[in-house]
Amino acid sequence: MNGNPDLSVMPADSGSGPPAIGVENLECRYGDTVVLSGVTFAVQAGELFFVIGGSGCGKSTLLRHLVGLMTPARGTVRFSGEDFIQADVVARRNLLKTFGVLYQSAALWSSMTLGENVALPLEQYTTLNRRERGEIVALKLAQVGLAGFEDHFPAELSGGMRKRAGLARALALDPRIVFFDEPSAGLDPVTSRKLDELILQIRETFGTTMIIVSHELASIYALADRVIMLDHEAQGIIATGRPRELAASSDDPRVREFLSREEEKA
Amino acid sequence: MTAVPTHARAEAVPAGDVLVLNLGGVWQITQPQPNWRKVLGDRRPHAVRLAVEGLERWDSSLVRFVREVEGWCRAAGVSCDTTALPETVRRLVDQLARTQEERRPASRSPNFLAGVGLIATGLLRQTRDFADFVGECTLSASGLLRHPGRFRWRDCLSEMQQCGAMAVPIVSLSSFLVGLTLAYTGAIILRQFGGDIWVADIVGLSTFREMGAVMTGVVLAGRTGAAFAAQLGNMKAGEEIDALETLGIAPVEFLVLPRLLALTLMTPLLVMYANCLGIFGGMVVSATVLDIPPSAYWIESQTIIGLSDVSVSLIKSLIFGMLVAVAGCLRGLQADRSAAGVGRAATSAVVTSILLIIVADAVFAVLFNALGI
Repeated sequence: MNGNPDLSVMPADSGSGPPAIGVENLECRYGDTVVLSGVTFAVQAGELFFVIGGSGCGKSTLLRHLVGLMTPARGTVRFSGEDFIQADVVARRNLLKTFGVLYQSAALWSSMTLGENVALPLEQYTTLNRRERGEIVALKLAQVGLAGFEDHFPAELSGGMRKRAGLARALALDPRIVFFDEPSAGLDPVTSRKLDELILQIRETFGTTMIIVSHELASIYALADRVIMLDHEAQGIIATGRPRELAASSDDPRVREFLSREEEKA
Repeated sequence: MTAVPTHARAEAVPAGDVLVLNLGGVWQITQPQPNWRKVLGDRRPHAVRLAVEGLERWDSSLVRFVREVEGWCRAAGVSCDTTALPETVRRLVDQLARTQEERRPASRSPNFLAGVGLIATGLLRQTRDFADFVGECTLSASGLLRHPGRFRWRDCLSEMQQCGAMAVPIVSLSSFLVGLTLAYTGAIILRQFGGDIWVADIVGLSTFREMGAVMTGVVLAGRTGAAFAAQLGNMKAGEEIDALETLGIAPVEFLVLPRLLALTLMTPLLVMYANCLGIFGGMVVSATVLDIPPSAYWIESQTIIGLSDVSVSLIKSLIFGMLVAVAGCLRGLQADRSAAGVGRAATSAVVTSILLIIVADAVFAVLFNALGI
């Protein structure tokens, strides 16, 4: 199930060229407190890439820096080779539409229906008319299993449905990269597994690069092509690789402990 | 940097009766895409065959385009051959077709009669909720009288500071300006009769009997009522109210009563202060525009404002304070668990408070008239 899907007919700049995301020597801090420093990694197109680690290790902070909600103290973030940190307003706007983000709480706009939520990126960034937008919205909601829910408000949905609707919104512009912040948080194991299957299915259909922040071992083993593990004390990456290999043969006891805790269950 | 991508292409090549549509380039939803009607022009083929030629990258925009071609073919009664397209594209086109077929007419709004009925039952329910809430507050308050140690005095004091002391600047400004305007308006008529000094009577009476309490009530509705609703609504959205309930703590006793008491005690103080500033506003206009010395204005005011006017003002302010607090807290506790819900609760709290103040003021007018106060 792991490994890149067949991308021959599909987009995603497969093959050579710069990685989908390149992070170099990133330093993240809150005021004077350094959370992460010297973080360097690259994510290849079409890869399912996990950022893992215990609570408070800076996973979410890293994500907020990658999507531009926070500015790093030092270092660069490149999307397909284009600098995101130094980008001017126009370049930044162009880069912003190349990725989607699924927030931990789905972050659907509560005053708008699901249809309007998914349609807003299309209104902002495409020239589609109302009918055409409606078609794309219906398709996106159908892809996440919410066909016919266009007129529902987020408050009328369960947590799992809200997550899926958030994913539909993140996918509205068919971004080449999607970031997930703790996709399984607050979901039961069955719903969480369904969301994992959805993530795989979307990757297989669109060849989307996915960066997932998580500490759900089940999801990590089921989905991850590659993981980086962050650590609070090391203020950076302490391991990179395939999760099963790391669990079996990492030299670092912290990594083995984290990954083997529930491996038998996975 | 990657090379500049080629745009989405759809080229129609006639091959006898069949129109071959070659799709190629990069199809990106954020970029311009070919328009099927323009590609078709005024050709009327007997069949359309879709083919792929140099298709580099595609997304939902290609799916939508293919679906549009399919839809046109079906409407025109010609065959549409999509077998040459990548399998994923065909699968997504089928999925889009299904969503369009399954789509129900999306009117979820009821018809007129049902709408009227819903509004009527809604009003009834709101009235009952309000009565229930007032009852619950009364019961909690009487329970607290027996156990005063359980009352959250600390919260009450901080609320007093918030809704009382912090409201002084805005109350000062509004009541001073109302006194000022009353004096100007009164002077227009009274001057014609040479009765300038009665400006003091007009300003004094209308401030004490009406404007002081009503203006302060409206200011507090906008300031404190909305704040109560937003605060409690946010607490509800964050499950803080649920946490209280599961601990066996009644939200009314813990959250509502301190606010209710704070505002009920603070409003009369603010209204008395507002009354004084209103008179001061009138005095300023009289001294500067009408040439009435402040001492004369003061003496005239004292002759017209009696104890009954002061008590009218006090009674009104007590009730207005209570109404604003009850409306604010009730709307907050009723709020939907979302950002939009909290916003609606704050709006509704202000509207309800002002409505209740106006209704109560009218009731007082009739009542005081009947009692001869």
